[in-house]
Amino acid sequence: MQKFKTIKSIPAYLPIVNIDTDMIIPKQFLKTIKRTGLGKNLFYEMRYNEQGTPINDFILNTTPFNNSKILIAGKNFGCGSSREHAPWALLDFGITCVISSSYADIFFNNCFKNGILPIVLPEAKIKELSEYSKRKEEIIVNLEKQKINFGNSEIDFEVDQFKKKCLIEGLDDIALSLEKNPKITEFEKKLSSDKPWIFND
Amino acid sequence: MPKTLYDKIWNDHLVNTQDDGTSLLYVDRHLVHEVTSPQAFEGLRNSNRKVRQPNLTLAVADHNVPTSDRSKGISDEESKLQVETLEKNCKEFGIKLFGMDDKRQGIVHIIGPEQGFTQPGSIIVCGDSHTATHGAFGSLAFGIGTSEVEHVLATQTLVQKKSKNFRIKVDGKLSIGVTSKDVILQIIGKIGTAGGTGYVIEYAGSLISSLSVEQRMTICNMTIEGGARAGLIEPDQKIFDYLNGRPMAPKKENWDKALDYWSKLKSDNDADFDKEVTLDGKDIMPMVTWGTSPQDVISIDGRIPNPENEVDEDRKNSIERSLKYMGLKPGTAIKDVKIDKVFIGSCTNGRIEDLRDAAKIIKNKKVAQHVYAMVVPGSGLVKQQAEQEGLDKVFKDSGFDWREPGCSMCLAMNADKLKPEERCASTSNRNFEGRQGRGGRTHLVSPGMAAAAAISGSLDDVRKFQN
Repeated sequence: MQKFKTIKSIPAYLPIVNIDTDMIIPKQFLKTIKRTGLGKNLFYEMRYNEQGTPINDFILNTTPFNNSKILIAGKNFGCGSSREHAPWALLDFGITCVISSSYADIFFNNCFKNGILPIVLPEAKIKELSEYSKRKEEIIVNLEKQKINFGNSEIDFEVDQFKKKCLIEGLDDIALSLEKNPKITEFEKKLSSDKPWIFND
Repeated sequence: MPKTLYDKIWNDHLVNTQDDGTSLLYVDRHLVHEVTSPQAFEGLRNSNRKVRQPNLTLAVADHNVPTSDRSKGISDEESKLQVETLEKNCKEFGIKLFGMDDKRQGIVHIIGPEQGFTQPGSIIVCGDSHTATHGAFGSLAFGIGTSEVEHVLATQTLVQKKSKNFRIKVDGKLSIGVTSKDVILQIIGKIGTAGGTGYVIEYAGSLISSLSVEQRMTICNMTIEGGARAGLIEPDQKIFDYLNGRPMAPKKENWDKALDYWSKLKSDNDADFDKEVTLDGKDIMPMVTWGTSPQDVISIDGRIPNPENEVDEDRKNSIERSLKYMGLKPGTAIKDVKIDKVFIGSCTNGRIEDLRDAAKIIKNKKVAQHVYAMVVPGSGLVKQQAEQEGLDKVFKDSGFDWREPGCSMCLAMNADKLKPEERCASTSNRNFEGRQGRGGRTHLVSPGMAAAAAISGSLDDVRKFQN
């Protein structure tokens, strides 16, 4: 996983609540057997018409937002399907930070596995930050310090410390869990004696 | 300290806990399908890792499979590649697979219980959000992403932080024509699509206990539509009877040991829940969704809401957006809404009892002339059972199309989809924009309500057709 570095970007603002993962990446693009190449299909049905022509006034089709690394969106972002294709598509498009007042659980976890930082902020702060999108001004997201800098102001944000460490160091959590191999083996030994049906039938 | 059922299952699976509460949980059962697994297997190959417990893993292709004649294989090249990739991966890593021609093939959340692979007290995961279905058996079951699928394949564990406890109590009795689908739609309408975020829900109360095993699955299945990590129900004799004798259920002395353990799986009487909601069965009507989120529900007697009546700006905008997409006007009686298609199936309502419910309504009647209606059984075994009972004939005689099992038009990854602006009464679980096909308009209903809509050609009240 790519190490997470401080991001400086003009944020793109999508003022829609309950953006589901079907919207982020529709089902026809789930047929891939790769993780890459999904960026062009991000928000497909909002971004292209039925003939596949880009819809000019959709924010991610306009300059400078076609280069945004930060997406600000309405509450309950990423609800619905567990498809990790949603964070893959965001990442492939170039978005490495999402800011919303709440997320669906599976999407939230999936982001961290792919080097994307989902930040939770109160609605009032979201409105404040969205002004920078409208004014096309850059904001800075610093994970190390847990701060967002914009204009002359800054906002602190919370993040799980273990997830922060994994993002900053780009850690492979399978390797981390495999360090616990003796404990897993010990658990399995006890499991097969306490609940033999788990393995035997 | 008194514990909830979720607390108990959690504690029973802890391999390791860090100081900050990040835990490593052991996974007893892992279900795998073709859409969310190829990148996980590729990851294993790239880092030279094996599947730790192939015997605790079961795979099936369901999302992409055609529901028409399968003898010609899959015509869509990408779908075909994904299904073949699953076959290749299962062979390479030693995982049991129900192939497309296996009569046990079906939707992953239908075959798990059907085979007895789903068991009380276990942790069950799958790269699919509707894994919550298996919570009906008193297991902790939830959907995971592909990176986590790879993690489970490699380590048979999962990194998690504990959720909070949420109890939803439903007491009383179901009125005639009302099903567990209506119960869960009403619950989601009440708590909202993010009402369960950060929680695991335990469904309790006399109405829940009175439900059959399959009806319970419908409720747990849609837990994710309320945002919760998982939904579960205390296992009881109905669950044990359902599992007894299934191919992958415990046998002989292991059955006795398992039963002894399963019988103790319940929340302590004085266990503390962080959040509680109560519903009464007598207030639950046949429900239907009008918008593009599962929380957008009204009873079949209701009218389309008016965004002008909303004070919350976000909610107002969201209703306006939904109504525009759905092509509906505020104040319209939902019963006046004409439909083009009917879909009966999915992991929510593709089991034998669902098909019986719909067949009872449709028997000796005809599908309205302008409506195309289809039934997609949840698995090959459901299909076989239905055919033994003559249900296929009931459906075909009335004008329904009788198809092969799979996920089908629930998410429209195969050839079954809505055209732009086509309107569908669907027994599936999501009415999101584009879910059943670009521009397609979905109304979520129970199987009986779907059958009623097929006959009337408009959304209609199933109670009208009860004998």
